[in-house]
Amino acid sequence: MSSFLAPIRMVGRGALQALTAVGRAGYLGTDAVRALRKVDLWGPHLVPQMSRIGVESVPIALFISMFTGVVLALQASYTLTGQVPLYFVGALVGKTMILELGPVLTGLALSGRVGANIAAEIGTMRVTEQIDALETLAYDPVAYLVTPRVLAGAIMFPMVVILSIAIGIAAGWGTSMALLDITSTEFIKGLRLFFDPWDIQFAAIKSITFGVTVTAVGCSFGFHTRGGAEGVGQATTRAVVISSMIILVLDAFWAAVLLS
Amino acid sequence: MSIKMVNVHRAFGEKEVLKGFSLEIQDGTTTTIIGGSGSGKSVALKHIVGLLRPDEGNIWVDEDNVSRLDQESVYRLRQRVGYVFQFAALFDSMTIAENVGLGLRRMSDFPSEGIPDRVEECLHLVDLDGYGERLPSQLSGGQRKRAGLARAIATKPKYILYDEPTTGLDPVTTAVIDELIVRMSEELGVTGVVISHDMKSVFRISDRVAMLYDGVIREEGTPDQIQGSDDPIVRGFIEGRPELMEGQQT
Repeated sequence: MSSFLAPIRMVGRGALQALTAVGRAGYLGTDAVRALRKVDLWGPHLVPQMSRIGVESVPIALFISMFTGVVLALQASYTLTGQVPLYFVGALVGKTMILELGPVLTGLALSGRVGANIAAEIGTMRVTEQIDALETLAYDPVAYLVTPRVLAGAIMFPMVVILSIAIGIAAGWGTSMALLDITSTEFIKGLRLFFDPWDIQFAAIKSITFGVTVTAVGCSFGFHTRGGAEGVGQATTRAVVISSMIILVLDAFWAAVLLS
Repeated sequence: MSIKMVNVHRAFGEKEVLKGFSLEIQDGTTTTIIGGSGSGKSVALKHIVGLLRPDEGNIWVDEDNVSRLDQESVYRLRQRVGYVFQFAALFDSMTIAENVGLGLRRMSDFPSEGIPDRVEECLHLVDLDGYGERLPSQLSGGQRKRAGLARAIATKPKYILYDEPTTGLDPVTTAVIDELIVRMSEELGVTGVVISHDMKSVFRISDRVAMLYDGVIREEGTPDQIQGSDDPIVRGFIEGRPELMEGQQT
């Protein structure tokens, strides 16, 4: 009987841990919003964080989106050949990159790069008492460490995502012309066929929530790190896993709320 | 005024660390809290600056009851209290000068153009002249502790709390840090609360010594009184003779 219940217990424990993590990140995110009035603390750190979180993430985001665009064009052509006019490749690449793969793949890649980086940095500060030191020097650590990171995530994620979408579509376009029997005019015709400016807003809204999630979860796991190097390692891993899970849940949530 | 901790209780989960901890620290004195590892010395110290809140009891710093203050008032109180961490807790991305000047930037009544001079003055006090532009990783353990002390005194606090300031240091560096603690008290009139289990250091720097055992202050007095104590727990601890402490739990 107990061996039968073991997997259920494991799933329950995992769900409980995930919910606790979401709750903690939510609390910290609320504190970060409350700390917005302390501009003197977070203001000087906003631009450096925008650079670290956004600008430095551009290469990995572009690498992923470029190959995604190539594969999308090839798979669309493989699926549609003989059934549907090939200019639909442009429609499929554009729509899929804008609505789904651009935001989600970039969000997942950045949860690894940005979320892990934030959790490790703040976690190390926690276990070496640097956060306590900040407090004893009369600094609000949430305003000083969390607010600029969450704000930078909210501002920079949509920018990186929109750049990724553009590169993904451009890669699909190039692939269509170079490897498939599709002209530039046909690709653009397909691209424009189902294009709706709202789609870009949809991608931007999703990306803002992904940015807030990745940074708030990274900060939260960093803040609650216990122990030494092992604790920092665990916090980093969990930050990536939990923020990736939340990204996928949010992806479904926004599709249900904004597209249905 | 002074620091006064009255009947402080604090538990972490099932483990009750402080079980009615009471201690009064008089102005201008250096009081050292001694006790075994894990006995709750650092926990007691962190309550004084509001890094931890008690489950029960009160902590007074001058006229402020720390356990009842809101967060903004705690930040104001911390400008009167310097804290020297066990491993210095310097910000590794900042230079030593930036570390030392950090607290001054939060003081609205301190002119920002005066910060470099004050930083230099503090580094001079701890014999770290010329080290301002280095990173913490470029300093030895003893130098890092001194830099941590410079950061704590930069805001000219009334109180300085030292969390195991000499742990892990060689005897010569330990003597240097001890001398600095004495200088802080004699030259700057700072009230010090030190946590230590280095007995040689304790008797060199302290005006008062209090032993924490089983969550409460077991005995408190001058260094001479503590050295002459006939309590087997106190004697066992200061002489490093565990056999005296066996069977003497309460």
